[in-house]
Parts: sequence; structure tokens; C-alpha cells
Amino acid sequence: MKNIIIEINGLRKDYHIGEVTVHALRGVDLKIEEGEFVAIMGVSGSGKSTMLNILGCLDKPTHGNYMLDSVNINTLDKDATAKLRNKKLGFVFQAYNLLPRTTALENVELPLFYNSKVGSRERKERAVNALEAVGLADRMHHMPNQLSGGQQQRVAIARSLVNDPVLILADEPTGNLDTRTSFEIMELFQDLNEKGRTIVYVTHESDIAKFATRNVIFRDGKIQRENVVSERLNAREILKTLPVENIEEFDA
Amino acid sequence: MNLTNLFKIAIRALVRNKLRAFLTMLGIIIGVASVIAMLAIGEGSKKSIQDQMSSMGTNLIMVMPNMQRRGGVSLGASSSMALKYSDVTAIRNEAASIAAVSPAVNANGQVIYGNQNTQTSIYGVSEEYLDIRKLEIQSGRIFNSNEVRSMSKVCILGQTVVDNLFGKGADPVGISIRIKNLPFEIIGVLKDKGESGMGQDQDDLILAPYTTVQRRLAAVDYINGIYASAVSEEKSASAITEVEEILRRTHKIKESEEDDFRIMSQSELLETVSSITNIMKYLLGAIAGISLLVGGIGIMNIMFVSVTERTREIGLRMSIGGRGKDILRQFLVESMLLSLLGGAVGIIFGYLIAKGAGTLMNMPPVVTSQSIVLAFAVCFIIGVFFGWYPAKKASNLSPIDALRYE
Repeated sequence: MKNIIIEINGLRKDYHIGEVTVHALRGVDLKIEEGEFVAIMGVSGSGKSTMLNILGCLDKPTHGNYMLDSVNINTLDKDATAKLRNKKLGFVFQAYNLLPRTTALENVELPLFYNSKVGSRERKERAVNALEAVGLADRMHHMPNQLSGGQQQRVAIARSLVNDPVLILADEPTGNLDTRTSFEIMELFQDLNEKGRTIVYVTHESDIAKFATRNVIFRDGKIQRENVVSERLNAREILKTLPVENIEEFDA
Repeated sequence: MNLTNLFKIAIRALVRNKLRAFLTMLGIIIGVASVIAMLAIGEGSKKSIQDQMSSMGTNLIMVMPNMQRRGGVSLGASSSMALKYSDVTAIRNEAASIAAVSPAVNANGQVIYGNQNTQTSIYGVSEEYLDIRKLEIQSGRIFNSNEVRSMSKVCILGQTVVDNLFGKGADPVGISIRIKNLPFEIIGVLKDKGESGMGQDQDDLILAPYTTVQRRLAAVDYINGIYASAVSEEKSASAITEVEEILRRTHKIKESEEDDFRIMSQSELLETVSSITNIMKYLLGAIAGISLLVGGIGIMNIMFVSVTERTREIGLRMSIGGRGKDILRQFLVESMLLSLLGGAVGIIFGYLIAKGAGTLMNMPPVVTSQSIVLAFAVCFIIGVFFGWYPAKKASNLSPIDALRYE
């Protein structure tokens, strides 16, 4: 029996915008086990962003329970939730959200600054390891503006790994990237998943969703459909078939 | 988050924006530098005036005739004939707290030697006058009581008069000069005393026995003033009361009437001057303080810009585990670092400015540790006060909105 990382029962989320009440989520039940690789899909307004905010403990449900790694989120106050995010979650964003004029290494170190138990030596060591895990050990001292989009997203993934979280949450991680780089990022995610990481990501591209083991499709604030991906794509295999862009051609 | 991490994060944030951090600090630097410099110059000028005044003798008590009014018309202080030599005798005999007393009879006139001449003040005094005014003889001697009694035509010259009549460095003791067409023998020369605190040449004078000046030069029977010295600085207040009592009695002034004389003491003058220079000092300090305040507002302004500009960073920090208070502290430490660093640089600059101004104005600036502590404290308060609001604003952001901020 595998650990259950996420268990959600009868989850509702209402927003009050003036007089109007918007029902963003209308009763969601979801269970994600350790080692799963889940893609959340849906058109805009389907509630998938709200779902991700709640999964990331950035927002609280109006009704229903959310257990993250056996902790009931509803019982925690603001500071405890922040601490929980620091310990159990890793975030990857569409726009990378790296600190400008800050080296890759320092960006990756950032979450550990908020963990007072980690000393400066351990912090650096873990950041270096995380960068090695995403294949950017040689770009450690580069600033974000000296890195390509794909490399920046890798730094962001390293940052999400550095605190050894139980769950990595990615919000449209390939949204700002070209096809090839998108596949490279998915390759990295598949690698990490094979090593046991639980990953949940939001996407609206159905071909990107096919790299996951399971798809959850949202519609009108409810889960419309859940299915195990039957013809799962392997990013490494696809990358081999893609023509390698020869940069030297441009110089000629 | 512990304090070291907090400082590291704040320093990294400032280093990321070096130019902006420097420009923000500039306001504080200028503010603190001007506070330090102004207070130092104020304190320095106060001290140099005090030094000069106390070199004139802190025990000094002066009695001048008061302005007299006839039917509401002031006749002017010098027109008064209220003081007589008998007053000097009375003070000498009766006032216990008075060590020495001398009359002063003033005359102005032309002094001639050979083909040189000069216009100067001639003070008729007794031999005690030199002690009272802390004057010293450079060469020759003081006149004695015999010469006073016999109205001898002897005189002591100040350095400026010597320079004007005989040229610099001359020693004219024994030579005869003509004061208002009367021949006087020079028996002594005074030591150089320089300018007074008020910028008056204290060496442009001739001293002669008061009897001689009274009868032969001014032809009056009254005296223009009385100079006395108290036995000690502490006794100076009681000396003033004694002199006042004696003079009221000898002048037969009734209970209801005002004094026809005016008593001034050096310590009183010193207090007046101190209070004036203090007002000047605080005024300068206040103006400089305003620029410090403007610097503080500059910090608040930049912190606001910084919070808005770094909204996404704040959102990110919150999503990776930063609590509201971590964000608050980060921005507070940043603004405090800005103002304290600015303060430190400002103190150094202020000290240099004070030094430069001191050499220009020919007086030593006094940078008190008090003003440095004050500047630092003010910087700390500015950092917290003006950093608080932007930092609070940052810490209250919702991470979702902050992450979505464009």
C-alpha cells in the first residue's frame, strides 16, 4: 500500500465578488498516491487554477477536507501553512519566477533560507545537488538573464526539489517554452517521477498531458473525467526523433 | 528565519540594486552629514567665543551709568554723570567679595609722535585695572599710586598704537608722545591681546592714570565706569549684589526708584552669548534635521517602489514558505540597513565637512559623541518608521495575487 499524498473530499470553493458569489469548485473528490504523475486539465474557468492554489496551500477551501501527507490543512493557521509549504511542497511556475540578478545557486537556495534548521553549508550543498539533478551544475553561477528559458525552468525545478518535498506542483510549466524545450522539461519531470517524486501539473495542452500517468479533467468546477493515460508518451524517445536544431547553421 | 539569514537576504536584495540603494542612501547621507557638520560648527563657534571671553577674565564686573530719562527723552548712557570716584572708594572699602576695583575715564583723541599720528581711545584707570582685565605688560612698568595721585603724564600703550606710531616690533618705552597736545612719557607697552569675541581690536588703546585723564584730557569730575573683579568666579553673584547695595546707598536711591547705574558681569555676558550660539546651533540642527526627514521620506518612497516592483518575488517567497512576518522583517531590515549605512557614511562626511569648514573659519569644530549617537538613533528610527508601512503592505499581500501580479 502506497502512501496517500493528497486526499480531498467534497471540496468546494466560493468567491465573493461584491454581491455575486462565484462557485469556483463545486464538490471535488481526489486522491493522489505517492509516486503518481498527474496532469490536471481543463479549459479556462474550469476551476483548475483554483484547484492548484488549494493543492499548493495558497488558498483554503470553503467546504470540504484536504489532507496533504496526512495533515489536515483546515486546522492550520497562516504561519503553519507557510511552514507546511516550506517542508512538503515544491512549486514550479509558468514564468519561472526566479529572482533577477541572483545566481542560479542562490535562487535554488532560497527555500532553505526559510528553514531555520538548515545551516549555510548544508544549504549550499543541497542546492548544488539539486542543480546537478536537473543537469545545470555548470551553470551554477549564472544569472537568470544568462540562461535560456528551458534552463531557467530547470533552475526553478531545482528550487522546487531542494527542500525534498512530498509533492511538486507545476502550473503550466511548459507554457512559455517552445516544443522541443517543453519536451526536455517533461523528460526531466519523467526522470524525477521515475525516481519516486510525486508530481502534479496543470496544463491545457493535451499532448503535454500525455506524459503523465493519470489525467484529471476539470469542467465547471467539478472533475469531469479521470483516466489513466493509456498511450503514455516517453519524452526521451520523442526527443530522439526530433531533428536537432543546428545552431551553427545560423552562423554560416 | 534566523537573523543571519535575514541580513543575508536583505544585503543580497540591496546588492542587486546597487545604484538605487546608493541614491536612496544619498538622502540620508546628506541629512546626517549636515546635522553632524552643523552641530559641530555651532558647538565649535560657541566654544571659541567662550574661550575668548573667558580670556578677558571671568570674574570681571562692570558698572556703567544707566540711561537717564528727562521727561521720556533718553539722554544716552554715556551722557550720564552718575558715577563718581567716591563710588570706587566705597566699593573698595565695603564690598567683601570684590578683589580689585578701578575707575575708568574715557577720552578719545589724536596721539602724535614725530610725523606719525593716530586716533585712539585713552582710558584713565587705576593701577589695579591691569589685573582686573587680565592685561599684561610686555615691557616697561605700570604706573604707581604716586603717579596716580600727582596726575603724572605717563601712559601705557597697546600694541596697535605702538605699531601705528613706531612701526612693528618697536619698543618705545621712555619716549615722549603727545596726546591731545600734552606730552606723555611712555612707561610701558601691553602684551598683544588680539581681537575680542565681537571682532573688536583690544590692542588699540592707551592707559593712563585716571586722575590725569579726568583733569587734563577730559576735564570732567565724573567717571565713565567702574571695573572690578570678584574674589572668585563663584563669588561673582554676591559681589554684584554687594556693589548694587553700596551704589544704591551712596547714590541715595529710594526703594521705589530704579538704579541709575547698570552692572554687567562677564559670566552674565557669557551666558547671553552661549544662549545666542545655542539658538544658532539648534536652528542649524533643525534645518539639517529637516533634510534628514526628507531623506527618510525618500527611503519610504523607494521601499514602496521596491515592494510594488518585487510583488512577484514576495509571492514566490510566500509560496516557498516565507511567512508574513518573514517578509515584513526582510523589508524592515532592508530599510534599516539603507538608513544605518547612509548614517555611517553621513557621519564620516559630516566630520570631514566640519573639519573643512573649521579650517576655513579658523576655529576647531567640535564633533560631540552625543551628536553621533543622535544621528545613529535618528537613522534607526527613520529606518523602522519609514520602512514599516511599505513592509507591512508587502507582508499583507496574498501569495496568489502576488504571484499573478504583472
